[in-house]
Amino acid sequence: MNFSNRYIVLFAASLCLALSLVVSTIAVSLKETQDANKLLDKQTMVLRVAGLVEREEQPTSEEVATYFENIDTMVVDTNTGELTPYDPETMKVDPRKDAKAKGLNKKTEGDWAKKAAIKTISEKQLVYLVRTPGKECVVFPIYGNGLWSTLYGFFCLKPELDEVVGIIYYEQKETAGLGGEVENPRWLAQWPGKKGLTADGDLLVEVVKNGKVVDDTTQVDGISGSTITSVAVTYMLEFWFSEQAYGKALDNIRQAIS
Amino acid sequence: MSNSKKILVDPLHINNPITLQVLGICSALAVTTKLEIAFVMAGALTFVMTSSNVIISLLRNKIPPSIRIITQLAVIASLVIIADQVLAAFAYQASKQLSVFVGLIITNCIVMGRAEAFAMANPPGPSAIDGLGNSLGYSLILIIVAFFRELFGSGNIMGFEVMPTINNGGWYNPNGVMVLSPGAFFIIGFIIWIQRWISPSMQEETN
Repeated sequence: MNFSNRYIVLFAASLCLALSLVVSTIAVSLKETQDANKLLDKQTMVLRVAGLVEREEQPTSEEVATYFENIDTMVVDTNTGELTPYDPETMKVDPRKDAKAKGLNKKTEGDWAKKAAIKTISEKQLVYLVRTPGKECVVFPIYGNGLWSTLYGFFCLKPELDEVVGIIYYEQKETAGLGGEVENPRWLAQWPGKKGLTADGDLLVEVVKNGKVVDDTTQVDGISGSTITSVAVTYMLEFWFSEQAYGKALDNIRQAIS
Repeated sequence: MSNSKKILVDPLHINNPITLQVLGICSALAVTTKLEIAFVMAGALTFVMTSSNVIISLLRNKIPPSIRIITQLAVIASLVIIADQVLAAFAYQASKQLSVFVGLIITNCIVMGRAEAFAMANPPGPSAIDGLGNSLGYSLILIIVAFFRELFGSGNIMGFEVMPTINNGGWYNPNGVMVLSPGAFFIIGFIIWIQRWISPSMQEETN
């Protein structure tokens, strides 16, 4: 079979057009369901770190919505420390996206920011005030660089912010079996009960090299074979509770939850 | 009829894409730590390979030979994106765990191999059967490997505890190799060995 050049070009062009139409139609029509899934997944993580649902449990969207009736999502202004209730209908706050958006983000400075490899963050962050009776706590989103990837997670403190309720990571691409163990429930189980922040907002809890725990009220044993990922957890916590991020809002948060 | 049966059944054993042709090893190593994930991956590949074979076969007389590979690739890539999007919408947890590997179906040699070797030369009916047969052959190996890896690597089957591990207060000391990719190599090696022992016709001639 002989095909003219004209035919080949036309064939290629119409094939591309047809395929891109199909792919984009499907992608657009599924977007809503996918976004709903992502939101549900994130909310489930908030519930898990707060200890409201078990780690293996997969609550339905209705169950999640019921739990969230007792959870106030607040917008933290990292410059002033002001708290305002978050209304997804009228406000658009997406800290992860806004970190890169001019006008909504700010440059970070200092050692911890450098160590966590965070160059800019959104000026507005979201925190979750959990008011479920008997399980009151505050959930802070955290992220920062590990060895290969950015680790995204949640850190949860008691209302007084002086004791850790838990930590969880929901997105990371560290080495499976080594750094990837930050998702391992057994490692995460060390965290609850550790000392959180002092009244002045200094972070007490830290991850130390594997096997070097001296004071088990504040130190978490690192993951064997992945010191960089382990230490990165400390770096990002230090950064997120510094004056640049949640630091200025801590007093307001304590007041709001009590 | 016997011919289409042959097209369907051959890739399951005698002409298995993984164990005889040794294609698609990458994903066979990567997504077989858990049975559930292997099922999802097998489903996604079955969809992609069967549909790509049909589409390529329908177009086979229209595709200019000079751009046939890139045409096949474009069709396969589009199907893979569709599979990825559908998984993200309806099987979110599994798609999160499969992450890049759904996208990597594009590079799975089996898909393009069948498009180039079979669909380009045969009508849509047999091509569909060929695509289905090869996906099932791939899926079969994937599921066998995942079954043993999950069982010996974490003591579970489909997430249910079968052999309680020491860490969870049981007696079974999980085999670490099974969780890592080399574990899949051992199992695939065993399957290749057993297959060739059952059907000596599969054995390669020695020099």
